Amino acid sequence: MERLGNGPKAGIEAGRLTAADYEANFADLHPRLDRHEALVESDRCYFCYDAPCMTACPTSIDIPLFIRQIQTGNPLGSAKTIFDQNILGGMCARVCPTETLCEQACVRNTAEDKPVEIGKLQRYSTDIAMEQGRQFYSRKAPTGKTIAVVGAGPAGLAAAHRLAMHGHSVVVLEAREKAGGLNEYGIATYKAVDDFAAREVDYVTAIGGIEIRNGQALGRDFSLSDLTAQYDAVFLGMGLAGVNGLGIEGEALTGVEDAVDFIAALRQAKDKSVLPIGRRVVVLGGGMTAIDAAIQSKLLGAEEVTICYRRGKENMNASPYEQDLATANGVIIRHWLAPKSIIGKDGTVAGIEVEYTAIRDGRLIGTGETGVIAADQIFKAIGQTFSASGLGALQFEKGKIVVDAEGRTSIEGVWAGGDCIGTGEDLTVSAVAQGRDAAESIAKALAAAAQPATAVA
Amino acid sequence: MADIRNNFVGIKSPNPFWLASAPPTDKAYNVERAFKAGWGGVVWKTLGEEGPPVVNVNGPRYGAIWGADRRLLGLNNIELITDRDLYTNLREMKEVKKNWPDRAIVASIMVPCEEQAWKAILPLVEETEVDGIELNFGCPHGMSERGMGSAVGQVPEYIEMVVRWCKQYTRMPVITKLTPNITDIRHPARAAKRGGTDAVSLINTISSIVSVDLDTFSPNPSVGGKGSHGGYCGPAVKPIALNMVAEIARDPETYGLPISGIGGITTWRDAAEFLALGAGNVQVCTAAMTYGFKIVQEMITGLSDWMDEKGHRSLDDVICRAVPNVTDWQYLNLNYIAKAHIDQDACIKCGRCHIACEDTSHQAITSMVDGVRHFEVMEEECVGCNLCVNVCPVENCITMEALPAGELDKRTGKVVDPTYANWTQHPNNPMARQAAE
Repeated sequence: MERLGNGPKAGIEAGRLTAADYEANFADLHPRLDRHEALVESDRCYFCYDAPCMTACPTSIDIPLFIRQIQTGNPLGSAKTIFDQNILGGMCARVCPTETLCEQACVRNTAEDKPVEIGKLQRYSTDIAMEQGRQFYSRKAPTGKTIAVVGAGPAGLAAAHRLAMHGHSVVVLEAREKAGGLNEYGIATYKAVDDFAAREVDYVTAIGGIEIRNGQALGRDFSLSDLTAQYDAVFLGMGLAGVNGLGIEGEALTGVEDAVDFIAALRQAKDKSVLPIGRRVVVLGGGMTAIDAAIQSKLLGAEEVTICYRRGKENMNASPYEQDLATANGVIIRHWLAPKSIIGKDGTVAGIEVEYTAIRDGRLIGTGETGVIAADQIFKAIGQTFSASGLGALQFEKGKIVVDAEGRTSIEGVWAGGDCIGTGEDLTVSAVAQGRDAAESIAKALAAAAQPATAVA
Repeated sequence: MADIRNNFVGIKSPNPFWLASAPPTDKAYNVERAFKAGWGGVVWKTLGEEGPPVVNVNGPRYGAIWGADRRLLGLNNIELITDRDLYTNLREMKEVKKNWPDRAIVASIMVPCEEQAWKAILPLVEETEVDGIELNFGCPHGMSERGMGSAVGQVPEYIEMVVRWCKQYTRMPVITKLTPNITDIRHPARAAKRGGTDAVSLINTISSIVSVDLDTFSPNPSVGGKGSHGGYCGPAVKPIALNMVAEIARDPETYGLPISGIGGITTWRDAAEFLALGAGNVQVCTAAMTYGFKIVQEMITGLSDWMDEKGHRSLDDVICRAVPNVTDWQYLNLNYIAKAHIDQDACIKCGRCHIACEDTSHQAITSMVDGVRHFEVMEEECVGCNLCVNVCPVENCITMEALPAGELDKRTGKVVDPTYANWTQHPNNPMARQAAE
């Protein structure tokens, strides 16, 4: 194996670090607040009227109330306040970009530029409740109705739980081996340690009446028309299975990979030392996926990790906090660079040719000036698309399923939510809100249908 | 530089900050530390009569309530008077006084309500050459069950009687410490004055149960599962103490009687307020027990700097300055009209002023204007109650602005009258009508 002095091995290699390094690098990003920390932080909440944080939360969690419950020594009551609105409140506490949601709205920003740490407080109470296995909800009397949910991601799980609460039976059809969707496969490892996504699925389904069938893919194993024929209602909660391509020369070279696959592999690997990583890594994109891939490349021991984004810092979908997290981990973020071609040597990646970009007349253009960044591994994180088959005559717009305010699709008896629909932000917390609200709509529709016909005067 | 030297009934100290009779003044070790830190004087922890000393509980003696960030707001104790031998205390008092001649040392005394008991202890104290005595008629717990402390302080005739004995049997200045556990503080103060006291000090602690353990259902502090009421002190009692001090300061019968102010004094501001309401000096306990003796440095510099800023040269420029402004409700000017005003630049938009006013007061603050979160006072509804000022987390964000004479009060539709008019003159007052007839 080629060695450069005492420096790191060139190429894509596993085992770049010691076992202790791997453990430290992939430990919990923010360990849970202890009781004292939670009390000190909860004391900072002003219990605002019509609290801006609550309005900023896509699931409208009563944040002042749950914080006051922590402050008064009632973490379980606090957890219930959270779960009432968001049964995946535990994961949201870990992965929500709170700096652009609740914490951005906190009045303490105006007061002293330091919001109440709402996300950490939410984790404090939800962790306590989940560790104690406290279930706050029970199923109503069985309705005899069964609803099919496609996709066991945040939207599907939230819908399934709410439907189960209403006494319905739920069958969740999941294409992958494990439930959880992006929570299981798409979140950076250090944000959801100790198999949290799987534990949360268990917690959510413990209410009963929810059957998850893994390895069941829409379009391959069943179609939407099969479901509408067999079930009383259908909720579609699929994610974005398609990955955008670069469409440039060299994309097929060994070492060019999709960032989402890299992130999923990291999550599934019990032993991180088996994961190969380049000595020099380039990540293409400006969103959370790019940041997660870049940071974790660094944590796996890559010597040099560069994010190339074709627009400016202010255009990046990744929040300033996430960008800072990346740079604090030694990732270099370069703006106004677009990939032009991938340079190979002996069939593997050797570098990437990039072109500087600029905005002219409101349009992004290449300036013609180019340069080469040496790389042995390139991750593509330039967006995902909804790609699914077996949906029949379902109405789409811009590649996503069309729904109304309650999550109803163009086909009667079929609802949808999560990344597969065209509305809302592509966040776990938005998917939860959509799944929950669609479930309420389904329950209402089934209840109305179950009413005996009343005489009309 | 302001002169903050204090002369209280002839007892001189370099500043008006004394430590109250309490655990911090129980022995020479503590008192020496206090003097090193800068305290102007101490009232030594209460001495009992000769013989086997009292016995304290061996479990917890204190309970507390807290504010945000676990700031101690109120402390409750069930500790008794000194549980050390009388002669040990006397010997240490004499020694410390000799070492610290410029500091004030006052002996607190609590012996049975019998002439002989007082007659016996006073010469012993006098022999130590401390500066004066304080009669402990205040402690509401433990000793009161034995006919001492607040059991005496609650009966004006006993106060008068004991003070008289003390004045008869000692040349030392006598400070009578009053209990707040009565209905009208003026009566014990008047009794002390009739007995010839040189001064009163107040307040002693307030009878209290500070909390209940919800697992064991025992009051706190819990001694083996049981609790008894204690004496409450600390920042939470300051408003009660200020009122009692002011009541004595403005009572024609006790007017001019020196007062040593006690009750929740934590900062120089608290001290200045007591002085302004008639206290000749102040005594501190809970603040020292919470933060240590060093806090006196903040008190000394804070008081001195404030006096410099305001041009007050000595404590006499401050003492009693607020007393003429304390009056009865019936004499408050009903033609004075104020409205709340919210500084929009300072407002952080928490909305607490709105919800407090909307739910519990006069519906005078907006929450939304033109679809935007916005908190503004509607003068046509505002009665000027000040609740919004009190619940606002940002100091000086909401202020009360007086309407100048001649301006329209949008709430009543009347023009502000420049003349003073109070309840005794108001047409709605049946007594006023009666007087007019």
